[in-house]
Amino acid sequence: MKLIVAYIQPEKLNDVKQELYRREIFKISVSNSLGCGQQKGYKKVYRGVDIEVNLLKKVRIEIAVNDAFVEPTIEAILDGAQTSVIGDGKIFVLPIEQCIRIRNRENGPQAIG
Amino acid sequence: MKSRIVVMILILLACTLSGIGADEISSAITLHQDSFDMIWLLVAGSLVFFMQAGFAMVEIGLTRAKNAGNIIMKNLMDFCAGSLMFWMFGWALMYGESVNGLFGFSQFFIGGNDMVLFRNWMFQVVFAATAATIVSGAMAERTKFSAYLIYSIFISALIYPISGHWIWGGGWLSRIGFFDFAGSTVVHSVGGWASLVGTMALGPRIGKYVSQGSVVTSKPILGHNLPLACLGVFILWFGWYGFNPGSTLSGTDPTMALVATTTTLSASAGAIGAMIVSWIKFKKPDVSMSLNGALAGLVGITASTAVVSPLSAIIIGLISGFIVVFSIEFIDKILHIDDPVGAISVHGICGVWGTLAVGLFGNTTHIKGLFFGGGFKQLGIQFLGVVTVGVWVMATTGILFAIIKKSHGLRVSKHEELAGLDLAEHSTESYSGFQIFTNM
Repeated sequence: MKLIVAYIQPEKLNDVKQELYRREIFKISVSNSLGCGQQKGYKKVYRGVDIEVNLLKKVRIEIAVNDAFVEPTIEAILDGAQTSVIGDGKIFVLPIEQCIRIRNRENGPQAIG
Repeated sequence: MKSRIVVMILILLACTLSGIGADEISSAITLHQDSFDMIWLLVAGSLVFFMQAGFAMVEIGLTRAKNAGNIIMKNLMDFCAGSLMFWMFGWALMYGESVNGLFGFSQFFIGGNDMVLFRNWMFQVVFAATAATIVSGAMAERTKFSAYLIYSIFISALIYPISGHWIWGGGWLSRIGFFDFAGSTVVHSVGGWASLVGTMALGPRIGKYVSQGSVVTSKPILGHNLPLACLGVFILWFGWYGFNPGSTLSGTDPTMALVATTTTLSASAGAIGAMIVSWIKFKKPDVSMSLNGALAGLVGITASTAVVSPLSAIIIGLISGFIVVFSIEFIDKILHIDDPVGAISVHGICGVWGTLAVGLFGNTTHIKGLFFGGGFKQLGIQFLGVVTVGVWVMATTGILFAIIKKSHGLRVSKHEELAGLDLAEHSTESYSGFQIFTNM
């Protein structure tokens, strides 16, 4: 069982979702997040005055999958979110110790479903 | 009544102070008339000007948060660019000396000391701006800002004034008896047809139509702020009390009361009509459709407002409300033309209906509609006007948008559209500090 966490460009969420659906991965959590990586933010102008934007708007995706789905999920996120421009984001893969479905106390891989 | 009392007092004063003289009395009356005209047209013009705010709010409310600033800029700039253009060329082509009834050609770059001319220009420029700004909503969320600016220059300088001349400037349509009191055709249809051509040239927003095989399904793209859309509709409705009653063009013409009454009744009936249809079709009374219905009723009554009875106004409004819901569905689901705010249906289709309604419900000594024993004559003339203005606007805007598309580009890039025009076109955020999903 792995937890896949990805930070992507907000406008790429729809493309990522479509790529996931094509690979029959339907479970996803999405939240708004702010952050920065190598780019260290950007500058913009508001009413003629420079403002430094340190934290960029990103979308955070979390998907818990069984081992067989790890590669397809990563592929889907890459296909959906990559523009090859700085700011595309990152993917992290973490091990999951336990997974319990609250509704019926199922445990382990079948709880991920 | 009040105005008569004022006249009486003026006459009495004139008599007692300077001895009885016919000259003094008639000049007092003229002064009284001129003053009322001046005040009424400037007040009514200001009300129509305020409709710009209404359009901006309706369009912002019915589109997504990431494009709100772009819509503000379009509504601001189409008025600003349009008013300069209307001062330079528009007025001259619309109200200048008529060349064979086709277009006017004098009084370019208005100046001098003629206050009546300035008054009339002020009242007309806000109508020109209304026609121009209708298109903003239909082309929202995907149009290049610079391309929109080019469009607003041409509609205010050329396209609107020429068809306007045919009807209001003493041109050929008015000579054969075409009647459009406050602009169902002159203003609203022109905006509606331009919207139709503009949206067709642009194509739909990304994600609006999804095709699987040969089946194309229409997806909803929700507006982000219904309260703003509602405020916009009420502002427009309020502004319409300048638009229609102001079109008496005279501050001493009591017809303005009938006009205000029929305008109110038709707008109310339009909202009710749209609500009923949406209630039956979608099982719930739809908020944004009912708002569109009120606007549909207003557009529908605009041509005939001074020549129909209150009961006819209610019928015209109700039918406008019915038409607008079916038309929005037809344009979206059958034609697959993406009009985020329903501008084509509200202004184009209901503008056509309102113009034809003169030939059906008109009931004065000069205008007799089909239902009041006037036969098909007036209806035929109205139909001719609808068709010729439609052809004129679609042909000219078709050429205009085609040239813009080829030379300058009409649409933003995919990335810019997805990120939102606020960031992409203006490098700003309309709701800084709020968490907004910008993925749709």
